[in-house]
Amino acid sequence: MALLEVTDLRTHFFTREGVVQAVDGVDFSLERGKTLGIVGESGSGKSVTALSIMGLIPRPPARIVSGSVVFDGRDLTALSESELEDIRGKDIAMIFQDPMTSLNPTLKIGTQITEVMKRHLGVSDEEARKRAVDLLEEVHIANAADRLNDYPHRFSGGMRQRVMIAIALACNPKLLIADEPTTALDVTVQAQVLDLLEELRDSHEMAMIIITHDMGVVAEAADDIAVMYAGQIVERAGVLDLFDRPEHPYTEALLGALPQIEGEGIREGRLTAIPGRPPDLVDPPPACRFAPRCPYANRNDSCTTEPPELREIRAGHWVRSAHPASERAAHAQGAPA
Amino acid sequence: MTSNGALLQVEDLTKHFPVKKGILIERTVGHVKAVDGVSFEIREGETLGLVGESGSGKSTTGYCILQLLKPTSGSIRFQGVELTGLAREELRRTRRDMQIVFQDPYSSLDPRMTVGNIVAEPLEVHGIGTRRSRRETVRRLLDTVGFDPNFTNRYPHEFSGGQRQRIGIARALALNPKLIVCDEPVSALDVSIQAQILNLLKDLQRDFGLTYLFIAHDLAVVRAVSDRIAVMNRGRLVEIGDAEQVYTNPQDEYTKALLAAVPVPDPRKMKERKRERRKFAHTLAEAAESADAATLEPSQ
Repeated sequence: MALLEVTDLRTHFFTREGVVQAVDGVDFSLERGKTLGIVGESGSGKSVTALSIMGLIPRPPARIVSGSVVFDGRDLTALSESELEDIRGKDIAMIFQDPMTSLNPTLKIGTQITEVMKRHLGVSDEEARKRAVDLLEEVHIANAADRLNDYPHRFSGGMRQRVMIAIALACNPKLLIADEPTTALDVTVQAQVLDLLEELRDSHEMAMIIITHDMGVVAEAADDIAVMYAGQIVERAGVLDLFDRPEHPYTEALLGALPQIEGEGIREGRLTAIPGRPPDLVDPPPACRFAPRCPYANRNDSCTTEPPELREIRAGHWVRSAHPASERAAHAQGAPA
Repeated sequence: MTSNGALLQVEDLTKHFPVKKGILIERTVGHVKAVDGVSFEIREGETLGLVGESGSGKSTTGYCILQLLKPTSGSIRFQGVELTGLAREELRRTRRDMQIVFQDPYSSLDPRMTVGNIVAEPLEVHGIGTRRSRRETVRRLLDTVGFDPNFTNRYPHEFSGGQRQRIGIARALALNPKLIVCDEPVSALDVSIQAQILNLLKDLQRDFGLTYLFIAHDLAVVRAVSDRIAVMNRGRLVEIGDAEQVYTNPQDEYTKALLAAVPVPDPRKMKERKRERRKFAHTLAEAAESADAATLEPSQ
C-alpha cells in the first residue's frame, strides 16, 4: 500500500472577490522511500497542495471542499486538529523556502530542535540535546555542540536550511515535504542541499515530496513528477518518461521555454514563450484550463466544452488533455496525405 | 568611440565598503572588497553576460559602471569618456546613453505614478519634447515592448510581474540609450513569462542596436542572451570569453565547479552531472561556503 494517497483533492479559498479554486483536482500516490517532484509556476496550486496535506491551510478563508489524503492508512482530512498535531512534525515534516521566516529568531536553535523531540517523543532534556548534536552532525554542520547555543541570525542561508532539515528529521518522519527548499540558495549551495536531501532520504528511509518551479531540480531529485497548472495536475509520470516523452501541451511548452545551458545556436535562437498567462482561478476557463493558451485547442473539439479527466495514456503516465503528444502524432500519421 | 569598437572599458575597478563597529562612536574596522581589480570591455552591439553567486560583486560592478556607486579606484570609459570624476552636469548628460533594468518590477516602479508618467519621466527630466509629443513617444515605447498603450493611466500594481518588467524596459528605452545594464531582469519571473522577456530583450537589441551588460545568477538565462561571458567570484573576474567557449570548455576551476552545479532539465544528463560535480567537490564546497557566507547578516 502506498504511504500517501491523495484523491480528488480540492482546496478552495472563499474570498470577497469570489471562490478561488486554488487546488481543484489533485490525485497522486507516493510509495515509501520514493521522491515525488511537484512542479508548476506561481499560483499553480503546488504549495496549497502541500499545506492541504499537512492540514496547514488558513481556515478561513480556505477549506478542503472535497477529496481525501490517506497517509499510512488514515484520512488526514477527517482528523481533528489535535490528532493532526500528533502527526505533524513527527510522521510528516515540512521544510520551507525561506528558513529565516520558519525559524524563530528569538530562540536558540538547540531549543528549536529539542522542543519537537520533547513534544512528540517525550524524551528528557539531556537525551534531546544529545540527539540534537547528532542531527546537526548528520546535516554536516561543524562544531555541532557549540552551535546549538547560537540564534538563527548567526547562520547563513544554506546553514539555516540545514538547521530546518535537522528539525524536520528530529522525529524520524516517514514523509518529508520540501517546499522550494533551494530556491533562495545559490547554485553551489543548492547542489549541496540537494545531495544532502538525497542522502538523508536513503538513510532515514523517508518518502519525499519536493515542490519547485525548477525543472532542473526535479530532473535531479525526483523519481516521479507531477506537473501542476491552474490548480490541477495536468501530467504525472516517472521522471524519465516525463522528460523523454512529455504528453501535455503545457509540459511541452514549459520545457520549450526553458533556457538551456548546453547546445548549439542558443544565442541566435528564440525561446518558445507561452503566450498569455495563467487564468484567474476565481473564474477559470469552463473546460480545459490550458485551452486559452494551447496551440492545439480548437472550437471543433471538447477543449472548451468538456473538462478533461486525468487519464492513463500508457502505463504510469497520466495526462489531462484532449491533445496529448502521442495521440497528435498518431492522428497525423493516420490522416490522409 | 575607440578604434577597437569598445563601447565601455572598465579597468582595474575596485569598490571597497567600510565595515563599521560601535554604536555611539562608529569606527571603521576594515573593508569588504566587493569588487577587487576588475577589467573588461563591452563592444558595441554585443551582450556581455556577467555571472556569479551572492557576494561575487556582479551587481556592485554594474552600479559602479552607471556611477550609481562611486568606485574606490579604477577607470570606467564610456564612448571614450572617463566617467569617474565627471562633474554632475556632464554625468547627467552621459547617463542618457546608459540605462538600467532592475530585477524586481514590484519595487522598482513608483506605485504612485501612472504607467504613462513612469515611462515619460526620463523624457521630462532631460527636457525632451513637448507634453503632447511625449505622450506619443510613451505610447510608441509601450507598444514596442508589447504593453497595451491604452493602459497608460493605470498604476503598476494593476499588472503582473511580466507586464511590469515591460514597463521598466520601456522606461529604460525612453532616452534611446546605447548601453542597458540589465540587473537580474528575469529572476523574479515565472519560466513562461521569463521566455517572453528574454525574447523581447533580444528583439530590442536587434532593432535598436543596443549593447547589454546582462547581470544574472542563472547560467542558462545568461547563456540565452550573451555573446561573451564574464564570471565573477569573490570580487574578482576569474574568467571571460566567448560564451560558447566558457560554457563548453571552461578554464578556471571556479567556473568549472559553478557549471557542474547547475541542475539541467534532463534526468539522464543529470546523473552524469552529479558524477561530474563530485570531481569538483572541493572547489564546490569552497564556492558554496563563500557564496553562502554572503547571506550572513552584516554584523557577523
